[in-house]
Amino acid sequence: MTELAAADPLPKPKRDIAPILLPIAVALVMIPLIGSPSTWLTLTAASLAMGMMIFIMASGLTLVFGLMDVLNFGHGAFIAVGAYVATLVLAPFAASLQADSLWTNLAVLAPAALLSMAVSGALGLIVERVLILPVYGQHLKQILMTTGGLIVAEQTLYAVWGPQIIPTPLPTSLRGSFILGDVAIAKYRVLATLIGLAVFIAIQLVLNRTKLGLLIRAGVENREMVEALGYRIRRLFLGVFMTGSALAGLGGVMWALYREQVHASMSDDLTVLIFIVVIIGGLGSIGGCFIGAILVAMIANYGGFLVPKLALVSNILLMVAILMWRPRGLYAVTSR
Amino acid sequence: MMILSGDPPRSRVLTLVLVLVILALVATPFLFPGAKALNVAAKICVFAALVASYDLLLGYTGSVSFAHTMFYGIGSYAIAIALYGMGPNWGAVATGIVVGLPLAALLALAIGLFSLRVAAIFFAMITLAVASAFQVLASQLSWLTGGEDGRSFQLPELLRPGTVLISKNLMGFEVNGRILTYYLVFAVSALMILALLRVVNSPFGRVLQAIRENRFRAEALGFRTVFHLTYANCIAALVAAGAGILNALWLRYAGPDTSLSFSIMLDILLMVVIGGMGTIYGAIIGATIFILAQNYLQSLMGVASKAASEAGLPLLPGLLHPDRWLLWLGLLFIASVYFFPTGVVGRLRNAGGDKSTGNSH
Repeated sequence: MTELAAADPLPKPKRDIAPILLPIAVALVMIPLIGSPSTWLTLTAASLAMGMMIFIMASGLTLVFGLMDVLNFGHGAFIAVGAYVATLVLAPFAASLQADSLWTNLAVLAPAALLSMAVSGALGLIVERVLILPVYGQHLKQILMTTGGLIVAEQTLYAVWGPQIIPTPLPTSLRGSFILGDVAIAKYRVLATLIGLAVFIAIQLVLNRTKLGLLIRAGVENREMVEALGYRIRRLFLGVFMTGSALAGLGGVMWALYREQVHASMSDDLTVLIFIVVIIGGLGSIGGCFIGAILVAMIANYGGFLVPKLALVSNILLMVAILMWRPRGLYAVTSR
Repeated sequence: MMILSGDPPRSRVLTLVLVLVILALVATPFLFPGAKALNVAAKICVFAALVASYDLLLGYTGSVSFAHTMFYGIGSYAIAIALYGMGPNWGAVATGIVVGLPLAALLALAIGLFSLRVAAIFFAMITLAVASAFQVLASQLSWLTGGEDGRSFQLPELLRPGTVLISKNLMGFEVNGRILTYYLVFAVSALMILALLRVVNSPFGRVLQAIRENRFRAEALGFRTVFHLTYANCIAALVAAGAGILNALWLRYAGPDTSLSFSIMLDILLMVVIGGMGTIYGAIIGATIFILAQNYLQSLMGVASKAASEAGLPLLPGLLHPDRWLLWLGLLFIASVYFFPTGVVGRLRNAGGDKSTGNSH
């Protein structure tokens, strides 16, 4: 028997940095392919902004799966609901949005985003109680139930707001670009990147620095053990589900402003994108989800620039390539 | 009971309903004149086969695939492109079949083998992603597929409405190429459903059910679950492509909205669940209920919506608008997963008192 010397530090898990290097490598490889550095910078900034928005929408989904083994096919509904609720605030205050003052604009945008998050979160509460609670542990029924929920949500949006596309123009102060030399970076993209980074850092801090986060991470790894230790994991899960729904709502608002329009079926394309991100990242992993979102956005932006015809197919190719490399996604968190 | 592969409906009411549906389908050209009734009947036939093939996956193996319309679309497009490019002759029909079916099976094999490499839980998501990519691909390769417009084409001489096979004065009604096409659709759909019934009642089908109930245990018993699941996927894809071929022949058209769109996938899911998963017969019931509702309930909702708006009720006119019928079906869908997960067929079988053989899961 060997004895551990008392001075030895605790063994630390090995840092797995290959996935982190991947998006950086992709970005660097693209420089010669794209040719002009200024175009490359613009595209990279666009990828980051789009990636952050996708990350905000997808983060809830991946945690919900990781923690409770629940496959939510209706996650896209929260995105659409969030976007529509935002129009409730944005439309009446269109005048203050047109004002050329950042603070006046934000004074409307912030409540709109908060209201969207509140409504999406509340909807998450209802969905969790009504649709998901009865079918814990049954993947097949979860998929059916949440798909049904998605249909109902989407159709209700149609019934209430009508089938037409609602324009959501960007506020005046967020229009246009910052010009640095010959590089143009859209102002809104900078804001989106900042919000996305803030959300990512906040989630990481909560997960890694608080007791709540400790319980969530423990639950992702081994649910039964956390339950056996006496924690009410169902309540924890409800909280995570509502937070994830609220984040999806926030992502919906941001996406609506990014595309400058809202449509009830906007969730359909996004759902596919989010699934790809969650699969690439590894179900349950926030870090993987973050990298996956950036990768997907990079492929969409660079690919859209180099071979525009392959926009969505390229995502599939990316997913196939990543899963060939790591069959359980970039970071495999759960043992399931 | 050879033809039913020893798997009769096992419920008197169900048998009666099935016989009624089939008789009505056979007699539609003569009982209900007019193009709409015939269109509805043909659609029921095509979807009964399509839904039955989906039931093989969902009900018998328990795996949720969102790529089923892709195979359906491959069949549709194969025949449409062949007839469009080669002109209306039987050689083109044969080409469409010979190209479309193996293509669907190969793609199913590829998806099956790829999903084996990854966690089983990914299957539904991967099929969803692949199907949506395929949809984009189909609308972008417009030189081949006609893009969003799709491809309209002519049928061979024999199957055209203008071809009179038995004139009106001989039997009191006219039998033309259109009616012949209808019976072709009916017969091939019936054959495919019977074939699926054979598949699920074979030893192979029993293994699929074992996998559904407990994959680990089936594996431990020595069955190569991987092989069985991939094989089931290929069979389902073949039948779906067959249904797609029939659909295109009937519509004389293939386009993204009629053969590839995600809403068709949802329709199929609804039909399987309403009819009853894991029963095959449920496919016939589900398709009949759903398509009848789709075609006739909508006009009813239109009336109700109008009445509500005249009565000055808020919100109700919007909710009852004919375009919102999917909302009610979505609610029905959730309710049926909740309250009777075995669908109409499972309910009828259990109500018959024949509990020992009743489907219970």
